[in-house]
Amino acid sequence: MATASGPARTFVDRFPSEAGVIKANLLVSFVALGIGAFFGLVQALHRTDILRVIDSADYYTMLTGHGVLLAIVFTIFFLTGFFHWATARSLDRPAVSTLYSWAWFGLMTTGTVLATIAILGGLVPNLGISADVLFTFYAPLQAHPIFYIGLAMFIVGTWLAGADWFLSYRAWRSDNKGERIPLQMFMVLTTMIMWYLATLGVAVSVVFFLIPWSLGLIPSVNPLLTRTLFWYFGHPIVYFWLMPAYMMWYTILPKLSGGRLFSDPLARVVFLLFLLLSTPVGIHHQYLDPGIAEGFKFIAMTNTMFLLLPSLLTAFTAVASMEHGARQRGGEGYLRWLGALPWRDPAFTGMALAGILFAAGGFSGMINAGMNINYLIHNTLWVPGHFHLTVGTAVALTMMAGSYWLVPQLTGTKLYSRPIGLLQVIMWFVGMVFMSNAMHRAGLAGIPRRTAEPQYQNFEFLTPIGSIFELRVQIALGGTLLFLSVVLFLFNILLTSLGEESDRPVDEYLPEPLSGPEGSPRVLDNLGLWTGIAVVLVILAYTLPLAGIIQNGGGLFGGGLPIPATVSAGLDFVTTLVTTTVNTLLEVAA
Amino acid sequence: MEIHTYEKLWLALALVLIVGFIGTITYGAAGVGIEMIDDEGGTVDPATLDDHPKFGDPGVEKTGENSYDVYVVARQFVFEPGTTQPIRVPEGSTVTFYVTAADVIHGFNVVGTNANTMAIPGQVAKFTVEFDEAGEYGLVCNEYCGSGHHVMEGKLVVMEQSEFDSWYEQQQQEGSN
Repeated sequence: MATASGPARTFVDRFPSEAGVIKANLLVSFVALGIGAFFGLVQALHRTDILRVIDSADYYTMLTGHGVLLAIVFTIFFLTGFFHWATARSLDRPAVSTLYSWAWFGLMTTGTVLATIAILGGLVPNLGISADVLFTFYAPLQAHPIFYIGLAMFIVGTWLAGADWFLSYRAWRSDNKGERIPLQMFMVLTTMIMWYLATLGVAVSVVFFLIPWSLGLIPSVNPLLTRTLFWYFGHPIVYFWLMPAYMMWYTILPKLSGGRLFSDPLARVVFLLFLLLSTPVGIHHQYLDPGIAEGFKFIAMTNTMFLLLPSLLTAFTAVASMEHGARQRGGEGYLRWLGALPWRDPAFTGMALAGILFAAGGFSGMINAGMNINYLIHNTLWVPGHFHLTVGTAVALTMMAGSYWLVPQLTGTKLYSRPIGLLQVIMWFVGMVFMSNAMHRAGLAGIPRRTAEPQYQNFEFLTPIGSIFELRVQIALGGTLLFLSVVLFLFNILLTSLGEESDRPVDEYLPEPLSGPEGSPRVLDNLGLWTGIAVVLVILAYTLPLAGIIQNGGGLFGGGLPIPATVSAGLDFVTTLVTTTVNTLLEVAA
Repeated sequence: MEIHTYEKLWLALALVLIVGFIGTITYGAAGVGIEMIDDEGGTVDPATLDDHPKFGDPGVEKTGENSYDVYVVARQFVFEPGTTQPIRVPEGSTVTFYVTAADVIHGFNVVGTNANTMAIPGQVAKFTVEFDEAGEYGLVCNEYCGSGHHVMEGKLVVMEQSEFDSWYEQQQQEGSN
């Protein structure tokens, strides 16, 4: 029984079925990481004109693969594996049904395989299957229906995964009435509530508009509507990537530093702020979109700025916890304690380096969020420069570093090589410093993002410092280092899993925080209340813009864009009827 | 709830920073008058753009002493005007752009400046730019629009007034024939 086991026993011994599910999730995650990183290397060399092995039209196929496999598959499968671990660990009880856990994993994986086939089909001429629509899949660019269907299955799979953790929590609650929710469980639950709220946008977009449209059942879509629904989901997904990293910074990094978390109550406050503010900000990706009034953009901007608060609080806690750890290890002085930190441990060093680059990414994000200064950098290379620091480092590097501590608990084997792990996280850091600083500067020179050949006939880009050639070399060099870093990571994890079993492969004990939850108001754990407020904020931020987009932009299905599909008269009639009814209702409501 | 003194201080500073950011942006919008792209440009039916009184034959139109309207249609993989013919405006003029897309979503950016908008089918992006000095600018589509996205570019020429006037007159005559 789980309750009989002490912290000295390895996770895999205590929860063998859960460990199996988690390993399967991490396997999909890491396969996606490998393929996505390879595409990234090809792109970095192609767009800088250092080495062009593919046709420029195929660049966009690879870019779609890079975005979907890394930003969706790698990150979210890692999250589902990690949350499954955190739920079992923090409640100290197994999942309600192992079969159910495999069911959501199966659904997510099937969806992923379908979407990946649709994307990679673009590399095979005459196959007739492609999805060169990039990670954002803005209509009227159209993908093969299995891309959207796969995406829908994947999203539903994550919903079912969330239900798995809520069921565990319910079972725990009935045995532990009146107790505070364990911190990691609290983080899982608040993150999943945010995700349920956020994915409604993309679910509506995909199920009601994009799937019927790609099957030819409806003739057109309203491009601004599907785009707005995408960003309704597209910003909170950023926090869905980030929350597992934050959870590691709050609950694992302090232990790796040799100390304890600074404050449990403030960690809860931070996660609640993300639940409240993650979704009503998506319009900040649409500052340059016509059809959305300035006032709505202003509201999104204000909410976005307040989202800085939980991240700034996290910066404080992470550094304070590390300092506490360093002093426990004998560190002294104002800054000399930094030297007492366990810099030889790749799990610690990777997370610490990820935190440093996240601070830089946070500052470039403040520029993006500033709605008027954003004009200068919107859709330039500045933007991928920014998110390669955030999702590409704060999240990805933390996940890789965390794996060095997490994977041995699941396999029961010691990490294959700490020095290779250390080299790997440092290579990521150095590669990203080269690539992202050059991307930011290239963005200031006006070089657009998402372009196979940013070399034009009519004009040349100018940069005030250095040269455009130097920026290209930095991007290519950085991209190469990043790819090699992924190869080292995968190699290290593979050899770890093939290693000999050990009684105590890693020290998994997580100490209690310095300030525990006792002193904090119980209302923090009232998840119903916080969900209610989050819903109200979303309604306030989105009702009027969406109504305006539907009313002015030619209704729910847009203004008759030419679509190469035959539509039966009957369906046409139904569509017209629905559109007219909804439009009439909206006019009445207005 | 127990909050460490340093953490309280940090929290206060963070809030000051946030309010400061919002303040400077509000000043930029209200004080300096940096306009946002918004819903002012209205909507248009992308299927019947060719019959539209303005977008049917997009280009430059004089609207006042020193002010001009420029209508631009973005489509895979050209700006009309902009790609085959440059967009021409006179120096020292105030130019209002009306930009829309005929097929998929495009971007319209005067390279190296903050004249930057999304071009979305069904929507008209309206924004005003002041051109002080004669010179040439590049135009680039900065939103992925399909396999030829990287060739979608153009040119904007700010001409000397007399040069522009004779060009504009010639255009008007050709148009009326």
